[in-house]
Amino acid sequence: MLNLTWLIPVFPFLSFVLIVLFTNPNKKLSSGIAIGSVAVSWVLSWGVFFQSIAGHIGMGEEAFRLHVPWLPTGTEWFPMGVNVDPLSAIMLFMVPFVCLMIFIYSVGYMHGDPRYSRFFAYISLFACGMLGLVVADNLLMLFIFWEIMGLCSYLLIGFWFEKPSAMKAGLKAFLTTRVGDAFMLAGMLLLYSQTGELTFAHIFAPETLEKLAHTQVNLGFLGSLPWASLLAMLIFGGAVGKSAQFPLHVWLPDAMEGPTPVSALIHAATMVSAGVYLVARCFPLFTAVEAGPQLGLVAFIGAFTALFASTIAVAQDDIKRVLAYSTISQLGYMIAALGIGAYVAAVFHLITHAFFKALLFLGSGSVIHGSGTQDMMEMGGLRKHMPITFATFLVGTFALAGVPPFAGFWSKDEILADAFHQFTELGAASWPFFVWLFLTLAAFLTAFYMGRQIFLTFYGESRRPHAHAHESPKSMTYPLIVLAVFAALLGFAGVPEEFPVLGHLLGNPFHHFVGHGFPATPLNGLVMLISVAMALGGLFVAWLVYGRNPLKEGQPDPLIQALGPVYTVLRRKYYFDELYQATFIRLALWLSEVCFAFDNKWVVDPLVNLAGKAGVALSNLGGWFDRTFVDGAVNGVAAVVGWMGGALRQTQTGRVQNYLLAAALAVFVLLVISVVV
Amino acid sequence: MVPLSWYLIVAAALFCIGLYGVLARRNAIGILMAVELMLNAVNINLLAFWRYLTPAHMTGQVFALVVLAVAAAEAAVGLALIVAIYRTRDTVNVEEVDLMKL
Repeated sequence: MLNLTWLIPVFPFLSFVLIVLFTNPNKKLSSGIAIGSVAVSWVLSWGVFFQSIAGHIGMGEEAFRLHVPWLPTGTEWFPMGVNVDPLSAIMLFMVPFVCLMIFIYSVGYMHGDPRYSRFFAYISLFACGMLGLVVADNLLMLFIFWEIMGLCSYLLIGFWFEKPSAMKAGLKAFLTTRVGDAFMLAGMLLLYSQTGELTFAHIFAPETLEKLAHTQVNLGFLGSLPWASLLAMLIFGGAVGKSAQFPLHVWLPDAMEGPTPVSALIHAATMVSAGVYLVARCFPLFTAVEAGPQLGLVAFIGAFTALFASTIAVAQDDIKRVLAYSTISQLGYMIAALGIGAYVAAVFHLITHAFFKALLFLGSGSVIHGSGTQDMMEMGGLRKHMPITFATFLVGTFALAGVPPFAGFWSKDEILADAFHQFTELGAASWPFFVWLFLTLAAFLTAFYMGRQIFLTFYGESRRPHAHAHESPKSMTYPLIVLAVFAALLGFAGVPEEFPVLGHLLGNPFHHFVGHGFPATPLNGLVMLISVAMALGGLFVAWLVYGRNPLKEGQPDPLIQALGPVYTVLRRKYYFDELYQATFIRLALWLSEVCFAFDNKWVVDPLVNLAGKAGVALSNLGGWFDRTFVDGAVNGVAAVVGWMGGALRQTQTGRVQNYLLAAALAVFVLLVISVVV
Repeated sequence: MVPLSWYLIVAAALFCIGLYGVLARRNAIGILMAVELMLNAVNINLLAFWRYLTPAHMTGQVFALVVLAVAAAEAAVGLALIVAIYRTRDTVNVEEVDLMKL
């Protein structure tokens, strides 16, 4: 089965090609091909996953590798291949399964869309990108699949391109992530220039890392730092863009303009976690230097983003935007976890988050489908009309808020426990303390905004006149149920071993599989209690504000009065869009105008015009010579021939008598000549 | 006896009259008649040369008879052509029969 790993991304790609080239007019066949292809990939992936669990697949040298020569580089060949280690195996467990659920869900959600087939083609290509990224065995392939996903993200956010806002959101996502990708590309090229390798097994070999950690690079006035730190920070730039971390987070909320299955698949469950996956994949590089700035940067950005995004989520009214900010916040958790070295916790949270966030997004899609609006202020009372959606959404909410025993509780708690453990060792002034503090506050806010969402959406009475909400079709509710089962139970794969009863019973298989070689964090009852208190406290406050007295139609959000101007700041997302508009975008526009002027007014166009005018003058001269002499000669010959022809033509009267006269005269002349001579 | 040259002069005169007729007449029938004159001038020559130079042989007479037959045939074909032209173009004036020139 492991030998077939390379086929996993191939099937969705074939499906993309087939749909685009052949079956575009046939909607049913197109969606069938897409779902079939991802189902095959899913079966293969789970085969690989279970074989990895059973076999002796480890990190680094112990990973399963298969590669073929790809690009000639001097005397060597740059290889292309697949790499299966516990990290990719666990991703293979999650990605195709979530993809499959979302593909099935899309059949119901996209029903009746004029570009139905094209949608399935795009998401197939996306699945190819994500699966290829997961199994890629070198950074270049990873980057290629990374960009394929970026393209799909652009195409799918702007899928309803009739809406100008969707078109702009697609562009914004593409350009914003491109900023991060530029850093990543630079990091990749520098890494290649330093090591001559991009294959993971080689660049993460201990001796290579040793070398990178001990050679210094001089950055001018910024001082010098080890290559490993610089490369790690550059590669982290790519992750910041893709995983929508501060300060490149602005694209993800706008990406919600795309169809909801896309939001769930790309902008919640899989693609945005590619950034986290990249950092996890390059984790040896990040930890190569013991006390470098790179881990601090990662931890700070992650923790800050987690808190920052969750505060914004509190003040959003669009059901999908709340979830979008929640996604940014949760990605911040994972990044922060990686920054403090909690590798296993980060990967664990990545997996559980993918399931419950896909569930929440699909649930919100179902709500939108059923109620016909995205504004939570117009919803209310949907509990009665959409029981399945409500139940599954509630499971997702508990998982995200971190209510035990749902999946999010275990993974989030592991991150918090890791942070807490480190700060108790390093002292309260260290950055793990701030990570822990930020993440705990974010946990509280997460529970609050999710509670707010539940109460606004499903409780009380409908705040919209003539709302006829209805439950969604089975193709949409069944994936919800399946994902809800995972969101509820997946956490048990990573219960700490010291946990009473359960830990002993289950034995933390996740840590043993993924975290082989990483010490398990000791269980900390205090941290667990605090995080449960935060989760329940957040939900309780949400109940106090929204659940006790459900909002009536037309009643404003009680937060507006409670928070005052703070609410406005949160509502406007800390004015980041405006800030970027005023700085980067205006600068870019000004630069473009200067370039435009340079091109069109000052230098390039005048030069071109001058060359053009000189060319015209030369051509005129040539034309005059041509007309006068060459044409004159040709016309002269023609005129002489014509004149002669005209003259001779006079003899051809067509009258036989004239010819006879000529013949007779000729005879007479000859006669005279013969007589005379 | 009349000398041979007289016959030849008559024949040459007759030929020239015929030639003039062919060149100058506009009426196709006149041209045909002029051609007959030229043929007859030839006949006079043939008979005159036979009588004065080789009276023992019959060749001149026979040749003249052949010429008469050919002339008759030629007159028949020519007249037929002229009738055909008259039917299609309503004229026998050769200057108006200019289809070849177009």
